[in-house]
Amino acid sequence: MRDVAIVSFATTGPLPAVDDTETQMLFPVISEAIERSGIPRADIGFTCSGSADYLAGTPFAFVGNLEAVGAWPPISESHVDMDGAWAMYEAWVRLQHGDVDVALAFSSGISSRSDLREVLCLQNDPYYLMPLWADHGSLAGLQARAVAEAGLVDEVVDTVAAPPASDGAAAVIMVAGDRAREVCERPAWIRGIEHRSDPHYIGVRDLADVPSAQVAAAAAGVGGGPIDLAELSAAHPHEEVLLRRAMGLADLVEVNAGADPLMVAGLAHIGAAATAIHEGRAGRTLGHAASGPCLQQNLVCVMEGTP
Amino acid sequence: MPSDTDTTFTMELMYRRSLGPVVGAFLTGLRDQRLLASRTAEGRVICPALEYDPDSGDAVDDLVEVGPGGVVTGWTWVPEPLRKHPSDRPFAWALVQLDGADTALVHALAADGPDAVRTGMRVVPRWADERTGHITDIACFVPEEG
Repeated sequence: MRDVAIVSFATTGPLPAVDDTETQMLFPVISEAIERSGIPRADIGFTCSGSADYLAGTPFAFVGNLEAVGAWPPISESHVDMDGAWAMYEAWVRLQHGDVDVALAFSSGISSRSDLREVLCLQNDPYYLMPLWADHGSLAGLQARAVAEAGLVDEVVDTVAAPPASDGAAAVIMVAGDRAREVCERPAWIRGIEHRSDPHYIGVRDLADVPSAQVAAAAAGVGGGPIDLAELSAAHPHEEVLLRRAMGLADLVEVNAGADPLMVAGLAHIGAAATAIHEGRAGRTLGHAASGPCLQQNLVCVMEGTP
Repeated sequence: MPSDTDTTFTMELMYRRSLGPVVGAFLTGLRDQRLLASRTAEGRVICPALEYDPDSGDAVDDLVEVGPGGVVTGWTWVPEPLRKHPSDRPFAWALVQLDGADTALVHALAADGPDAVRTGMRVVPRWADERTGHITDIACFVPEEG
């Protein structure tokens, strides 16, 4: 394995409802991440983006977002229709090939122009669940009750409201080896990164448990040392409870949890966990991304400030 | 501020496809008011039928009949149904473990209110009058009489 670090991060943070196009929203964020890294644009060997064409309402919408990277010099790039954390994972894999030293990963999402309760139904299986239009808030409600009835939280709720939709974008620059030390005083070295999935149909799962988060956290080496700060993608309080248990963070004091914006939250959490290392506020941090209904998919990234 | 380029999109999945011997059999069974499940090599009975064992990933093609009644293993109340939900009145989403099955089926449960729903209650399907081989051939589940 090559040593790879996040050396810079930029984000809009959650925005209530942007009037810009996704490309316009991305442009200053990507520029800021690149400028903050101190690395010339031409040195970026690979670019990977994360977004959802379903949110944009048109196929191949992600292609237009590349305008925010620039038409020159020509780039090697890829896209995932997922949270930018998975784009970052692909960029990390690409850097492991060894012929490229710098990668840009970015993501964007504009949720304010669609009804997420309908759009997110399209991520359910098309035969058993999607035709019922079981929205993500309702499915979260099923999980909240499972968590309550398992005795993991005190309060049983009748219903769970989906968090308000927000828009936003985020970008990170990842650099391999000595180049990272040259451009960043305290790079956030990626010590472990793993993503796993639980079965798609929620009826076959124990909703009071998240095995995929547990396995991903173990594989990413969470237990290999004390975690100073964890950044979790958790839309609801019960999700934070489940993730803390699954990852062995039950007693960790410094946990920032939150879910918005869609497609950006995971990359933004990982970026925030990296920033804590850049700024010397933490020595070993964890960033987490989730996708799918009821925490179906989980990505865990463990970073350290020492080489 | 709304711009003069605002456009409204409607997104749908408009695919026609063969469902295969497992999912196809399950949905076809609904037309005849039969509930089929797949049985894994280890004997775990999965309803609605899946083509693979979620634990091992092995293909599963052994179908058995389950239900029609079952037990609610989880639920959440929907006080304000959305336009596309299976009910225009407040209802519950329920995880229903049908008799003979080891996993739960997600569907709507008609009930007078959240106080009329509890984990462990017995329910039966209410079938749609016209059944076409879709999951909505089950109109909803209702509490079992008596």
